[in-house]
Amino acid sequence: MWHWLNQKFLAPKSFYANSAKLIPWIALAFALCFSYGLFAGLFIAPADYQQGDGFRIIYVHVPSAFTAMAIYFSMAVFAVFTLVFRVKVAAIGMSCSAKIGAWFTFLALITGSIWGKPMWGTWWIWDARLTSVLILLFLYFGFIALQSVIPNQQTRDRAGALMAIVGVINLPIIHYSVIWWNTLHQGPTLSKFAKPSIAPAMLYPLLAMIAAFLLFYALTLLLRMRNQILLREINSQWVAELIHE
Amino acid sequence: MFHNLLVLIHHDILITLRQAYSWLTPLLFFVLVVCLFPLALGPDTETLNKIAPGIIWVAALLAILMSLGNIFRNDVHEGYLDLILLSSTPLTLLVFCKVISHWITHCLPLILISPLLGVLLNLNNTEELTLITTLLLGTPVLCLLGAIGSALIVSVRTQGLLLPILIMPLYIPVLIFSTSAMMAASLHQPLSAYFAILGAIALFTLVFAPFLTSAALRIGVNQ
Amino acid sequence: MNNFSMGGYGYYVWSAYFITLFVFGINLFPIFFEKIKIKKIIREHLLKKRL
Repeated sequence: MWHWLNQKFLAPKSFYANSAKLIPWIALAFALCFSYGLFAGLFIAPADYQQGDGFRIIYVHVPSAFTAMAIYFSMAVFAVFTLVFRVKVAAIGMSCSAKIGAWFTFLALITGSIWGKPMWGTWWIWDARLTSVLILLFLYFGFIALQSVIPNQQTRDRAGALMAIVGVINLPIIHYSVIWWNTLHQGPTLSKFAKPSIAPAMLYPLLAMIAAFLLFYALTLLLRMRNQILLREINSQWVAELIHE
Repeated sequence: MFHNLLVLIHHDILITLRQAYSWLTPLLFFVLVVCLFPLALGPDTETLNKIAPGIIWVAALLAILMSLGNIFRNDVHEGYLDLILLSSTPLTLLVFCKVISHWITHCLPLILISPLLGVLLNLNNTEELTLITTLLLGTPVLCLLGAIGSALIVSVRTQGLLLPILIMPLYIPVLIFSTSAMMAASLHQPLSAYFAILGAIALFTLVFAPFLTSAALRIGVNQ
Repeated sequence: MNNFSMGGYGYYVWSAYFITLFVFGINLFPIFFEKIKIKKIIREHLLKKRL
């Protein structure tokens, strides 16, 4: 069973072939979700009664923060496959995910800060969500830095995998400690930024945007992984055949 | 078995104590960083008292991080680790002993000198006691987590500031709960909840970190 | 359909959306250039191996 799965899907060659079939569908689904989410978020969803049209930043901020967290968890899944089952493709997926995840975290920080300016009157407040996203960015940087200093390919994969697992065990503890820290020190100014009571007309664009962000992650992940697979399998026969076609 | 481990810890402590440089520098670093803050912020006792928990804890955290960089370094370079990997002693136990002896030689001096620094920053008796308790509960966690990162990059030549970048985000929960406990102490609030959480984190790390560290060491040596 | 000034928040809303599009762009398009580069590297590598 495992052998079959490995041969059919997880070997670099078959993964390269299968992902080519998958990519157009992911791209199509992303285009649909993203265009609906953008249009509905900007124009159809009603303005929030407290924050006016400023709340529309939620449609890019919350999905990017959510996706950034999700990518870190997906890295841990890849890490388990790397360490336990020695799947080559998983290690490639893990290091590609880190770079995409760092970008999404950066995006969540920037949009959160732009949202904060009109709502709090300042670009940055040590609010629970922004703070834990900032820490997540540091975790991503740590992972990327670790992988960039290790010369040996196999050691790099396995060291990164272990770091991702350590990070993912700690992430919930860090997240809840930051939330707890924030409620301890919370001032009255934050109440305006409380979660807007979500009406369905506001919720559907948000769900579409979350789906679109996740699909974009899948799309760029597959594209990046395909590049890395080619580079790592540089000495194998199938890559030579592929290039000469 | 147990006797062997005690011998190992004793041996490690003796080696470290002979090189005063290795355990004195983190201590001096800790004291110096704490003393820089009053010079930077002015001698106003009220301000200093308010930010004392943060200063002492951040300084201790940095000092411990600095000291952790070479916890496995010598063992790897001298080939001692290869011997251990070949022997029947489980690597996890060895790692556990290393961390314990590192804590005794590098963290215990910090904890012992911290009341003195507390005096410099105008802490009262309850705050001093809380400081020592949080350090006693928190520093083992810092050592155990740092050992994982240190093991991962043990063979990397140009480490620079890689270890702090790798490990510091993982230190945040300990930092938050310890400094909050000290703030609660200064407001005369009950403290048992903070100690319970810190103790829980310490036990959790104590159970999982040695396994992860030995796995990291196997990966790190192999490059 | 409401107006583009977003009730005074237009500056913030539009910049957030454009930064998002920008980040998406710099995540997606360089991958294709990278692929061209990698294929070139492999081709050179294969040539060197044959010699």
